[in-house]
Amino acid sequence: MVTILITKNLVVIGGGPAGLAAAIEAKKNGVDDVLLVERDSGLGGILQQCIHNGFGLHVFNEELTGPEYADRFITELEQMGIEVLLDTMIIELTRDKKIIAVNREKGLMQIQANAIILAMGCRERTRGAINIPGYRPAGIYTAGTAQRFVNIEGYMPGKEIVILGSGDIGLIMARRFTLEGAKVKCVAEILPYSNGLTRNIVQCLEDYNIPLLLSHTVVDIHGRYRVEGVTIAEVDGDLKPIHSTEKYIPCDTLLLSVGLIPENELSKMADIQIDNLTSGPVVNQRMETTIPGIFACGNVVHVHDLVDFVTMEAQLAGKGAVDYLGEKEPTTNNISVIPGEGVGYVVPQLIDADKILNKKQNFFLRCRAPMEKARLLVESDKGPIRSKVLRHIRPSEMINIEIKKEELAGKDIQSLKISLQEEGVIEGD
Amino acid sequence: MEDMVIIGAGITGCSIARELSRYDLNITVVEKEEDVACGTSKANSAIVHAGFDAATGTWKAKLNVEGNKLYPALCEELDVPLVMNGSLVVAVTEEEEKALEELLERGKINGVKYLSIIGKDELHAMEPNLSPNARAALNAPTGGLVCPYELTIALAENANQNGVKFLLNAPVIDIEVLEDSSFLVKTPKGSIRSKYVINAAGLFADEISKMAGAEEYSITPRKGEYLIFDKHFGNLVSKAIFPTPTKISKGILVCPTVDGNIFIGPNSNNIEDKNDTSVNPPGIKEIIEGGKKLVPDLPLKNIITSFAGLRAVSNTNDFIIEASKKVRGFINVGGIQSPGLTSAPAIAIMVREILQEQGVTLKEKPDFIPQRPKKVRFRELDNKERSKLIEQNPAFGHVICRCETVTEAEIIDAIKRPVGARSIDAVKRRTRAGMGRCQGGFCSPRVLEIIARELGIDPLEITKKGPDSNMLVARIKEFLQVEGGDNIDN
Repeated sequence: MVTILITKNLVVIGGGPAGLAAAIEAKKNGVDDVLLVERDSGLGGILQQCIHNGFGLHVFNEELTGPEYADRFITELEQMGIEVLLDTMIIELTRDKKIIAVNREKGLMQIQANAIILAMGCRERTRGAINIPGYRPAGIYTAGTAQRFVNIEGYMPGKEIVILGSGDIGLIMARRFTLEGAKVKCVAEILPYSNGLTRNIVQCLEDYNIPLLLSHTVVDIHGRYRVEGVTIAEVDGDLKPIHSTEKYIPCDTLLLSVGLIPENELSKMADIQIDNLTSGPVVNQRMETTIPGIFACGNVVHVHDLVDFVTMEAQLAGKGAVDYLGEKEPTTNNISVIPGEGVGYVVPQLIDADKILNKKQNFFLRCRAPMEKARLLVESDKGPIRSKVLRHIRPSEMINIEIKKEELAGKDIQSLKISLQEEGVIEGD
Repeated sequence: MEDMVIIGAGITGCSIARELSRYDLNITVVEKEEDVACGTSKANSAIVHAGFDAATGTWKAKLNVEGNKLYPALCEELDVPLVMNGSLVVAVTEEEEKALEELLERGKINGVKYLSIIGKDELHAMEPNLSPNARAALNAPTGGLVCPYELTIALAENANQNGVKFLLNAPVIDIEVLEDSSFLVKTPKGSIRSKYVINAAGLFADEISKMAGAEEYSITPRKGEYLIFDKHFGNLVSKAIFPTPTKISKGILVCPTVDGNIFIGPNSNNIEDKNDTSVNPPGIKEIIEGGKKLVPDLPLKNIITSFAGLRAVSNTNDFIIEASKKVRGFINVGGIQSPGLTSAPAIAIMVREILQEQGVTLKEKPDFIPQRPKKVRFRELDNKERSKLIEQNPAFGHVICRCETVTEAEIIDAIKRPVGARSIDAVKRRTRAGMGRCQGGFCSPRVLEIIARELGIDPLEITKKGPDSNMLVARIKEFLQVEGGDNIDN
């Protein structure tokens, strides 16, 4: 059997919200030959199991459920006649944009693309990654896996639940389990503040009287075959458990919502540079990675709080790919963007100021720690560009800063630093 | 009536079962867990030891060296990956450097070949990530790596092909010696009458021996904890790196696995509970500190999982492999701690010889099949071979485990093979689905669905690792119906 050879102008890898929006945007802007490859049996990615509402406020000005939000894009994609390969896994990606994909019907396919958009999303951090001691019984699930069992497969993975970590999926699942008649005993968060959106704390925990135990963690898992209980403890300022505060909680399930990791196995295969701060590819103003013609968007680049921002970022990547396919001059990425004091990361990390799309550039960043009042400073090596006061910022809520193209282009700027400095809160301020 | 009942389906029991399956004997292996390789055999350092460590003159020393020599042919025959990449024992102090000389001498007396001591430069050229304190090492080229549960499963599969029966989920609750001096081995799944009983019950061998009225000895569980790193860091070291050993243990190593991960561990602590395989914070700390002495830059942010295993340490501190003098027909194979994995093929032969001495007639079966059914590892094939496979069976085109590139066809095969998988963990051990960096986050719902479909059972019945470890507890809405619709219990 000869491997099928395919040539495509643009291949989008991943059919979740990022891949869908990127493919549509590229096609709208004139790329005819677009192929979207998805490993699951349907499009929509993780949105399909997010049956709660709250999606689309920024993009559609209305509140949609995950499947509804996805469906808007899936319908548009189908109407545009964009080619899709479902149940197809990409097992190889090279820097010269050669893809090896595999599925049941076609077997092995070799696809040569002129441009590629990576939209593989992210995966959940596991128990091993955070080193929770104890036994390894059944009943330990990441929040997203539990969500799939309940919302897609129609099964309950447990009845008495303790949740570790206050990530948004965990909070959403606390409510979902409660509505299904299960008992969520508490949510333990090792940090002194929550990692989820405020609205989820209110709507998913407070409304159901589920205790959120800040500065607490799970120090032991009991049960050889199925979880029988967990021991939780308060942690000190160095996040070390305080022995005297240990408390046993009987439960049959431990749900983990302890963070998401961009899924960049393919990116690494293609030698794309990865930013240690985001765990995603280093990208420029149009979401192009360090390999020209390979773009990335959505949670594969950095983990977003809202799908609406994923969509916008994907549209930018789609347009970027269109530009790349039509241009003769290579990008120069002459400005490097540096996260300064108080900033966890910034995306994009590189800018070719002359090629900024839409006459403006958005920077997405996260603070390292919560601050009640902070000064955001954007400075270049040629001088300050922006100074702005922000209130109630926390690591769980992404900060979005818009800079006009003319503030960056034609000034021979080499580097851009974005920092957040805590400012004292004065009474009545 | 059976000729042989083997109690325990770990590496020892399965090696013996496979060795004896060459002969015209009726054999049943009885195992308390739901699968083979569920005890010490699934949680150890996975090393084929060269044999310099064990005290000269012990069974451990003799069988280690003999077992080591049998490995290449055995693994070839059973299609089990084996990497004979050598081991290094590293000295970081002057005192330890002297101890290497002793080790070298002991190794030579034990019959280990090609041992040598290498100096700092050669050592660091070989292993660039070693601590700058590493000053010399004992180089043992005959050391190797093998996946212990894969080998145990392969032995069980092949034994089963050759007629050995496996009774799983069947803890032995009593052994009665009948008037004709045959045995009645009682389990909750029924009793089996047998002429001979081979006790390969690992941590519980002392209890089984006592149950049969044979010699009394004690087995102490000695816990070892481990941490495994993401495959991305698979090049951290190229060989098993041991510290200079102490009297009790070979120490905490930094070591590759045959599947391309790196692990650190094990520590070594005597405990009381033979079921306590929990990992504890002091243990994690201990192995990280131990590992750092050899390789200071460990990728601690890329740990994918931790586990603990229990060594079955006998009060003689050596293997106990002998026919009982008290109970005719009862053979003890106990205290098989390290280097038990390496010794297993030699132990099997020794048990066969003991049986011959006991008067068992061994008639070779003309139809003995030495190879187990062909096993496909999709991730290891080239694209041409992959294409060909998918053409033959489209289920090879459906990747279920993304991290380890395991296809639906491989999972179905794991279920349908001899002594097939019945649980999520059993599929994992046979295919590696769920062993990667996401630890089954994506694939476990799919694997569950495939097991349920292939076995024709309700998904609610599917377990992680046998009885009482069900993955799912109810269908949605069931809790609400029970509570009469008044659902939200605030």
